[in-house]
Amino acid sequence: MIKLENVKKVYPDGTEAVKGVNFEIKDGELCVLLGPSGCGKTTTMKMINRLIPITEGHIYIDGTDNRDMDENELRREMGYAIQEIGLFPHMTVAENISTVPTLKNWSAQEKEDRVRKLLGLMGMDPDEFAEKYPTELSGGQRQRVGVARSLGADPPIMLMDEPFGAIDPITRDRLQDEFLKIQDEIQKTIVFVTHDINEAIKMGDKVALLKDGELIQYSPPAELLAAPKNRFVRDFVGSDRTLKSLRLMKVDEAMKESPRVVKEDQDLASVGKIMNEEEVNYLIVVENGNKLKGWVNREDVEEVGAGTVADAMVTDTGAAEIGTSLADALTVMLERDVANLPVVDGDNNLQGLLTFHDLQSLIGETYTERGGKHPEVKK
Amino acid sequence: MEVWNYINGHWMTIGNWTLDHLWLILVSNSLAVFIGVTLGIFIAGKGREEIADTVLYLAGIMMTIPSLALFGLLMPFLSALNLPSIGFLPAVIALILYGQLPILRNTYTAIREVDPAMIEAGRGMGMTSRQILFKIKLPLAVPVIMAGLRNAVVINIGIATIAVFIGARGLGVPIFRGLRTSRMDMIITGAVFVSILALLADGLLALAEKKFTPEGLKK
Repeated sequence: MIKLENVKKVYPDGTEAVKGVNFEIKDGELCVLLGPSGCGKTTTMKMINRLIPITEGHIYIDGTDNRDMDENELRREMGYAIQEIGLFPHMTVAENISTVPTLKNWSAQEKEDRVRKLLGLMGMDPDEFAEKYPTELSGGQRQRVGVARSLGADPPIMLMDEPFGAIDPITRDRLQDEFLKIQDEIQKTIVFVTHDINEAIKMGDKVALLKDGELIQYSPPAELLAAPKNRFVRDFVGSDRTLKSLRLMKVDEAMKESPRVVKEDQDLASVGKIMNEEEVNYLIVVENGNKLKGWVNREDVEEVGAGTVADAMVTDTGAAEIGTSLADALTVMLERDVANLPVVDGDNNLQGLLTFHDLQSLIGETYTERGGKHPEVKK
Repeated sequence: MEVWNYINGHWMTIGNWTLDHLWLILVSNSLAVFIGVTLGIFIAGKGREEIADTVLYLAGIMMTIPSLALFGLLMPFLSALNLPSIGFLPAVIALILYGQLPILRNTYTAIREVDPAMIEAGRGMGMTSRQILFKIKLPLAVPVIMAGLRNAVVINIGIATIAVFIGARGLGVPIFRGLRTSRMDMIITGAVFVSILALLADGLLALAEKKFTPEGLKK
């Protein structure tokens, strides 16, 4: 756990870069320090590994004041990845990755094993890349090696200063996804600096929004979007925060569980009755227990008149898999021009139903839950 | 033709002068590299910008002193210290001084210009200042330092001919003697051998420069 207690940074010329911030980062959590340039986010991060000395206050690493530790030992226990990547051009990929293990006097075998493991984790073939030099790599590969290097000696804590800042948006997006998957596996305590709100929302378990050296809001990204504390936060997260929060929420959170279903061989007359009972114009058809087969709607049922569900059923139904973001589900709905979307698991078993109406009320909730509507939305 | 005859008849002597010349260059430039690199690293340190300016300024001035005058200036200085004021020693000292600027300046510049991101990465990973110097700064500076050395050696091979005026031996001897006795063949012989030596040294050091450049910096 990292705990910042009234941490201040005042430069000799009197500039107050950080004005007494308090927050803590739990083990295994990815905490994003977010804010416009000059807000003190990088300074705050660098005080954690003492690259910048603290003027006042304390930073505790698992309960120990970081000023009571040897600064080099402290830094070797914290992975460090920076925007410019900072790979050493005169060292091979393997040598770069084993920088900290070398400082810690690991054996050659231990280092080699570690390099192979980390390159594998980054999706890079160790046989192909270990002996290459940074100049022989693409931007994305270099960034991956930079992250691998920060994981070199398997530190419990990682500090990352805009680690995906220097690459094109498409590669960045992919690296972010990869990194989130890796983080799921390695569960490091991470301090992640960025000025990009989208990156913050995507990556963070918690987001600390800073402005002029002060901590304005510290909360999970969903809360930052749903309940911005003040005008600055609202403006910073942007007027499209609804769309952003849809990206953050999963279909599981918004779907109706166990919706009414019908089977293929069911009589159409009974289907009409169920629709009336449920007050819906749409029913999902399942087979083999709970596998999604298709759907029937009222118009088709009435047109066909007599027969079984199979006669009126449409099988080409879109579906969203569990874990899909609401933004992606909404895209599917708009593309297919449907107001309802079945939610399935990986084996096509029906898990629930997402309706446009539910989405709408969810968005409404986001806006009215706390703080009221954004004035600009009224126009 | 006369030159050819002269070389043919005196190849032992010419060989000795060449060896003397080489020895002078080897001793003076080895010391110059040691002093220049050490001093260059020192003045490239944090908070030593003013010292660096002064040192580089002085080294610059040194280059503007005509070599003959520098030899002359060294003589009273060395006699005051009870050291031999003619011959090998003053020649070595003068050549060290002349070699300083290229070596010192290149070391200083190369170290100062190492990408700060790299130094920051090193610090952030827990390298001590010493480890940063030896593992990052110096390896990255090697090609530039080598270029400075190459420059210094080539300059000094030329200047060393003048050291004959203060009694040092080398390829300056046939030139000096030739001038006094109007023997064009001796002057040309000396000049040609100095040029060959300079070209060879330049080529060899270029190879060394390539060899010492870290693999990853070559592409």
